[in-house]
Order: sequence, then structure tokens, then C-alpha cells
Amino acid sequence: MKIANTGKLLLAAAASGAFPSVALADRGYADYWQMGLLEAVTPVAEDIHFLHNVILMPIITVITLFVLGLMVYVMVRFNARANPIPSRTTHNTVVEVLWTVIPIIILVIIAIPSFRLLYYQRDIPNNADMTLKIIGQPNWSWTYEYPDLGVTEGAADVSFTAYLKPRDQAAKDGVPYLLATDVPVVVPVNKIVKLIVTSDPEGIIHAWTIQAFGLKIDAVPGRLNEDWFSAKREGVYYGQCSELCGKDHAYMPIELWVVPQDKYEAWAALQKTAPDDATLKNFLGTIKPAAQLAQN
Amino acid sequence: MAYAATADHDHGHPTGWRRYVYSTNHKDIGTMYLWFAIFAGLIGAALSIAMRLELQNPGIQYFHGLASMLSTGVDCGATPLAQCEAAIDAGKHTYNVFVTGHGLLMIFFMVMPAMIGGFGNWFVPLMIGAPDMAFPRMNNISFWLLPPALALLLISMFVEGPSGVSGVGGGWTLYPPLSTTGQPGPAMDFAILSIHLAGASSILGAINFITTIFNMRAPGMTLHKMPLFVWSILVTVFLLLLALPVLAGAITMLLTDRNFGTSFFVASKGGDPILFQHLFWFFGHPEVYILILPGFGIVSQIVSTFSKKPVFGYLGMAYAMVSIGVVGFVVWAHHMYTVGMDADTQAYFIAATMIIAVPTGVKIFSWIATMWGGSIEFPTPMLWALGFIFLFTVGGVTGVVLANAGVDRALHDTYYVVAHFHYVLSLGAVFAIFGAWYYWFPKITGYMYSEIVGKIHFWVTFVGVNVLFFPQHFLGLAGMPRRYIDYPDVFAGWNEVSSYGSYISAVGVLIFLYGVVQAYARKIPATDNPWGIGATTLEWTLPSPPPFHQFSTLPVIK
Repeated sequence: MKIANTGKLLLAAAASGAFPSVALADRGYADYWQMGLLEAVTPVAEDIHFLHNVILMPIITVITLFVLGLMVYVMVRFNARANPIPSRTTHNTVVEVLWTVIPIIILVIIAIPSFRLLYYQRDIPNNADMTLKIIGQPNWSWTYEYPDLGVTEGAADVSFTAYLKPRDQAAKDGVPYLLATDVPVVVPVNKIVKLIVTSDPEGIIHAWTIQAFGLKIDAVPGRLNEDWFSAKREGVYYGQCSELCGKDHAYMPIELWVVPQDKYEAWAALQKTAPDDATLKNFLGTIKPAAQLAQN
Repeated sequence: MAYAATADHDHGHPTGWRRYVYSTNHKDIGTMYLWFAIFAGLIGAALSIAMRLELQNPGIQYFHGLASMLSTGVDCGATPLAQCEAAIDAGKHTYNVFVTGHGLLMIFFMVMPAMIGGFGNWFVPLMIGAPDMAFPRMNNISFWLLPPALALLLISMFVEGPSGVSGVGGGWTLYPPLSTTGQPGPAMDFAILSIHLAGASSILGAINFITTIFNMRAPGMTLHKMPLFVWSILVTVFLLLLALPVLAGAITMLLTDRNFGTSFFVASKGGDPILFQHLFWFFGHPEVYILILPGFGIVSQIVSTFSKKPVFGYLGMAYAMVSIGVVGFVVWAHHMYTVGMDADTQAYFIAATMIIAVPTGVKIFSWIATMWGGSIEFPTPMLWALGFIFLFTVGGVTGVVLANAGVDRALHDTYYVVAHFHYVLSLGAVFAIFGAWYYWFPKITGYMYSEIVGKIHFWVTFVGVNVLFFPQHFLGLAGMPRRYIDYPDVFAGWNEVSSYGSYISAVGVLIFLYGVVQAYARKIPATDNPWGIGATTLEWTLPSPPPFHQFSTLPVIK
């Protein structure tokens, strides 16, 4: 990811100069008046940042300004007062070839990192450290299963459903309403997590996403979709259902905690004992990633 | 009236309501299409303003109230609306109904009728030197299928969708299972039948235009001499003819899945919900070119007229549209990058999609080259055309961003997409429609519009739509998903700005309506050709308004 790191440096320089309001702190969700992508937490997201911020944004900005510049020029230079006698020119082979060939070259320049990113994203690593199964539910919630933590009679031992945390509860806990859930999904840091994503067979299509991971995958009834991520930093990260799914489409968020391996194992061990809500809540308080605690 | 001079052997023109209901006259039918588009556009705009009102601040402010008016199933008793769960739930659904209605209205009942039915009907025969369309009676039914289609869509907002609440909340894309098991009530069936009728109307219209353009050109009007607006309509109607039957098939399967126990899109019974998405977007992507291609033609006419120069690279412009039309059929799955397709499939769709940028770039640069060396004047239609060129470029380059599946992973289904397609449609197609409106208003009505009002309309709209849609790029990059009635507080700032833009644009619409009324009230007669030497197409050789029947003797084009 050397190329992506170079890009990130460039981006940071550009961002601090051009968009001072963009928060570079890793808060897992957008800031007020944010104008750009969320801080990247996975290698995939870093590559997305590189392609978007370093390749695409400069190119499209230059093209747009170039077109605007040409328009302003012709409006000034060739308006009826400045140029009362119109020319009859309708062909110029050289410029016609140029404005066909140059865009093709630009597109090829875009296509190379774009294809590289695509294949990096969509080649699911076969050396995943763990598997997380995600099921979109018809009642606008997400069910998470951890098959690696043991399976009894076809059902994962560790399985729970996360619901939206209501507004007053979110306010009390100091977490963002419409992003926070009642229980978080917990995964270890720096591990390759393979996702198996689907929707209830009688349900509707949802889409699971973590914005800072550059990850989005539809949860479709009757189909198993695969995806993966490897989070580089501990933290609390958020996503929101990203496929229209009925009245509570805006109310089925995703809250994911990335914690050190030992905390993850402690969490997994506790989950296997089917703890009551109070016990789980107390325990979660001890493993919640520090960056977010400081913000609270 | 002016037409008395040429209409010497007619059978007495129908008058009153018969003139319109029984009409076989391309100009009267075109006029009806235009009024229809304005009517539907006002409803569609009202829906969008309601949405922006709601989104101006986080939380639910208005839609629980709207829902309790729309849905009879909402009973709050003595509970105040703001605490009434039933009303709030209905409100969330009603927001989706507005999203759906806004999309379907603007696409099927505003842009398409205005561009193809309205300006196409009016000016394709005039520009190719034909007396009328090839099938005048079919032209009549093409139009008259639309009011019932619109009625069905509007009715769908007031009958049950999901149990207890009214309307279709499935989005204009109508993806199953949300549009099947998700909306069991009859509202979805009304919407499906509405789209069936609108689609049939468009297919008949397409056949009519193809036949007219291929067979009824005046002597000497070869294909390579046709005005670019006619070329744009020709390409558009081919897209309609090939794309709409696929949509008709898909929504028929949806209808039978809903009502007759079939399972085309039911995964547990051997069907596949993703199949619908492929079928839908095989129609849907050509559809977005259907919406914009006539705009390309309109802008070419306007730019050439007011630069007092022939279009630069005419053949390149014509075949750029043809190639956009052809390639437009093989890029559909770029709307579906997140459904789980493998990398190779997505790689193909990235490549095919980016290729479209090349002919589109040719068009943008050719318009600028047309102005280059010209003697440009800036009446209202030219302002809209220039606005189109710039704003379409902005929407086009964000399209190149979204074409990259890797980046789209972050932006798919966010407001970035909303910003992108409104830049090409609301700021592209609609700017072209307003350009055409001011360009041809004197020809259609015989009256001049007020330049001052027209220019105020342009500038207010230009500011409004940019304030409305540009911040949505930021919201999308920051991750705000689309089709959300409520959002985390952090998105409040840009949403509020965006809503103010919507109100400014609404003022623009009012100015537009005032301008229309004023032009009819002032009755300042328009000359045959108010635009001078740059306006070289055949419609400017006729009186304003043109006679009821024109070209009894076919013009000969040298």
C-alpha cells in the first residue's frame, strides 16, 4: 500500500489547506459540515481515498474548470459586440482528434488504479482470521453470527441482533443517535474478517456498510454475499442501511467496535455464557475503544 | 388567423374540446404534452419541496402530519401527532412515497412528455419539412394514454400500500421484494399499471417518430442534413423502442409475482430478486439517456442559433449521440456494483461506462467550438443552454467518479449519487427544457416572452439548484445514505443549506409561471423568426404560430 500512503500524505496536505473544517480525527462517523470522505481505517478505504482524492478529484476539478474557462473565454471574446462577424468554421481535424484522444488517455490513467482497487476489494482473501455472518432482518435490525466461536446443531453459539439505540438512550449514553445500536458488533484489530451477508429469506434487501472501511454490500434474501475487511485501528465505527427497505430504512444503523485481540477473546468468552444485559453492558464498558471514550 | 392562408382544403377545424380530445394535429398534441408536463412537473416539484422541508432539520417535522392526512389507517385518538407512533410510522412510509412519486413523476410525466412528446411533436415535423407525424391518430392515443397513467400514479398515493398506510414506498426503481411482499396493498398495482400505460404511450410515440423521420423528410433533407434536434429525437426513440419493452416485461413479472403466485423474483421459490434489478436497469440506464439526449439536440440548436454559426463537427455530434445510445445499452450493472457481482463483471461495467465519457466530451467541446469564432448573443434560451453545458459537465465528471466500482463502494446509495443524477437531470435535462421553452415559445404561441422575466427565472433557478444540489456531494462523501427521512445530527448543516436551495428553486418555478401568464397577457406578437440569421432550421420559415397544417407544398432543401 505504498502508493496509497503517498496519496494519504498528499491528501492530508490538501485537506488541511483547502478544507480546514474537515476533521482528521478518527471518530468513525462524519463531522459537522464535513465535505470529504471519512478517515480511512482499512487498506481498501485507503486505496479508495487515493483513487478519489489523488486521482479523480484533481482530474474532474481541472476538467470542470477547463470547460468553465473556455466558456468564459468564448463569451467574452466572441460575444456579438466583440466579434460582430461570425466565422463559418465547422471543422478542425486536429482539435477533433485531440478532444477524442486526450479524454481516452485520461480514462486509461483512471482505469489502472481503479481496476487494481476493484480486484483488491473483491478478491476475498482465503486466509481470513475469522468469519462474521450478517443477516438483515425484516424488522429493520441486523443479526450477527460468529460461526468460528462454535456451532451447535447448525446454529452459531454466539449470535445476537442489534437494534437502533433510541434517541433518549443515545443522548444519555453520549452516542450519536441514528448511528448507535443497543449492542455493538465486536471484531479484533488487524485481523482479516470475512463477511457473509444475507437477508432473512422472507425479508427484503438491505445493504450493510461501514463508511470508514469503504465497504458496502447488499444483503439479499436467498443469496450469500461475501466481503471482507481488516481494520487497522481500534475504534468505534458506524454505518447505516444503504438499500431502501421500507419505513425504518433510516433507522437500522450499524455500530462496530474494533478492539485488541485479547479484549475480543474476553468478549467472545463472555458471549458464549449467554450473559444477561447488565453483565454484558458492564463488560462492554471495559472494552470500549478509548478514542471514543475520550470523546464522550 | 394565419393558417387560413394555407389551410384551404380542410374539412373545418375541430373547435372547443374536440380540437384537443380528438386531435390528430402534431402541434396541438405537442401543446397538450407541454401543458401536461408542466402540470406533472408542478406536482413532482411540490413533492420534492416537501421532502426538503422535512430534511431541513434532523428529526421528523412534517411527514407524520402529512401521513395522517393521506392514510386513513392512522388513528391517534387523543395522542398528539408528535408522540403518536402510528402517525410517525406512517410518516416514515409517506416520505418513501414522496421519494417514489417524485422520481416517477419527473421521469415519466415531466421530462419525457416535455422533451419527446412536447418539443419532439412540435418541431420534428417542422424541422424535416413534413406536414404532420406519420400516424396522427396514434399520436393522439400516445398522448391520451398519459393522463390515465398519471391518474393511476396519483391514485396510488391514496390507496393502501403496506398494511394500514397509503402509497408506494418502493422507490422509482421498484426493487422486489420491497415492491412485492413489502407493499402488499393495491397501491403498487396502481403504480405498475401506471408505468405500463406510460410505457405503451412512449412505445407508440417512438414508432411514430421513427416512421416520420425515416419516411417523411422533405426532398433533399437527407439524414446527414437533419437538424441535430431531430437526430437526438431519432436516437432517443430508438432507445425507447428497445428499452421500454424490457421494463414492461419486468413489471409484468412483478405484477404476476404479486397477484398470481409466480415467483420470478422470489429466492425461496427458484426466483431471484437480482434478476429484476438487471431487467430494470437494462431499461433504466437507456432511460437516463432518453431523458438527456433530446436536451443535447435542443442545446445544439440554441447554441448554433445564438452564435450565428453552424454547429461545429455536425457529423461527430450526430454520431456521438448514436454511440452514446448504443453504449448506453451495455452499462446497466454500474447501478448494481454492491449486489455482490464478482470483480470481472464489475471490471467490464467500469470500462464500458467510462467509454461513454468520450462521446459526451466530444459534445461538450463541440458546443464550445460552435461558439468559438461566433457572434454570440445572450437572450434567455442561450443562458439556459450555457447553464446546461456547464452544469452537465459537473454532473458528467461525478459520473466518471461513480463509474469506478471501487470508489462507488463508498458512494453507492449516498447523497453523492443524488447530487450526480440531479446535476445531469434536474440541472441538465430541465435546463434544456427551459431553454427549449424560451427558444420556441414565440414560435409555438406567436407571443414574445419578457426577456427580463426569463433572465430572472434563469438566474434564480441557477443559484437555487446549485445551492440545492452541490452540498449533497459533501453529504454523500461524508456517508449520508439517500432515501432517508431522518439523519444523524452531523449532517444537519449541509442539509439545511440544501433545503434553502430548494426554496430558491421554488421561487424560480413561480417566476416561470408568472412569465408564461405575462406573455399570454401582453400578447406581443412574435415575428416568423425572432432570432435572426442564426436560426436556420425550417420552423423559422413559417409564421408564428405556424398554420394549422403546414408544408402543403413540401419545401425543397438544397
